[in-house]
Amino acid sequence: MKARIRITLKTGVLDPQGKAIQHALSALGIAGVEDVRQGKYIEVKLGDTSEAKARETVERMCKDLLANTVIENYAYELVDQS
Amino acid sequence: MLRASVIVFPGSNCDRDIKVALEGVTGFPVAMVWHGDQSVPACDLIVLPGGFSYGDYLRCGAMAAHSPIMRDVIAKAKAGTPVLGICNGFQVLCESGLLPGVLMRNASLKFICRDVWLRIENDTTFFTKCYRTDQVIRLPVAHAEGNYFADAATLDRLEEEGRVVLRYCDEAGEVTDAANPNGAQRNIAGICDETGRILGLMPHPERLFELALGGADGRRVIESALLSVLEAAA
Repeated sequence: MKARIRITLKTGVLDPQGKAIQHALSALGIAGVEDVRQGKYIEVKLGDTSEAKARETVERMCKDLLANTVIENYAYELVDQS
Repeated sequence: MLRASVIVFPGSNCDRDIKVALEGVTGFPVAMVWHGDQSVPACDLIVLPGGFSYGDYLRCGAMAAHSPIMRDVIAKAKAGTPVLGICNGFQVLCESGLLPGVLMRNASLKFICRDVWLRIENDTTFFTKCYRTDQVIRLPVAHAEGNYFADAATLDRLEEEGRVVLRYCDEAGEVTDAANPNGAQRNIAGICDETGRILGLMPHPERLFELALGGADGRRVIESALLSVLEAAA
């Protein structure tokens, strides 16, 4: 089983990197961009486990290490690799 | 006597600077403790030094906060051993939950390496009792992630409890946006825990601890720690 984890900045937390990306897009002549927010994508391969157990594990890894919940939200999906 | 331990993470690069500063000011030898060790020797002060622990992977200080040695650092800190976190050490303190908030990417996105003016906001902590409140000092900063962030309730609580210890200001001591190098909320450069014994700060006191380095405004952080230990022993 694989967990696809997305970590994003919470609403209201300034994202200067997103702003810099937005400016770069504008400099490239790509119009119509209203806002850019950047984040992280992490794939974690899990051993044989039930979905419930996998959720428990992924929740724990997100809370304890992968996301800093002061400023970041996390979301994930579990995909069966077979 | 002040027995200090400096924790060395892979990527720490100010560990020897603070050792030299501590030994120069106090005259007592400093223990260097590797991050993979299980316990910190009994001591009066633990220092988490500046640098780029674990190459700043994931988030600054995030990996170091889960180093084997940190379990004992956290246990000792909670039991009352004073902890000083400088720059990356401040980031580690926040990531490990010993201090609230987080240090985000500088608002300018640039690595900032220069001297800044700081106003002492609380002269009663373990690390600041040799300064006086409202005193303006000069110390170097060198970081890309020093933009202090916490939610409004946390910031208000820090202010009410006198836990904002240092603020970025101008030479006259005015706390202004122009004097804020990194976008930190309320110009916060350093905060402490409820007891005043755990201090995290972005500026580097060890880089200006004697006049030969171009200034000695950082010396009193160490002198304060020494005085605090001597007072507690008396």
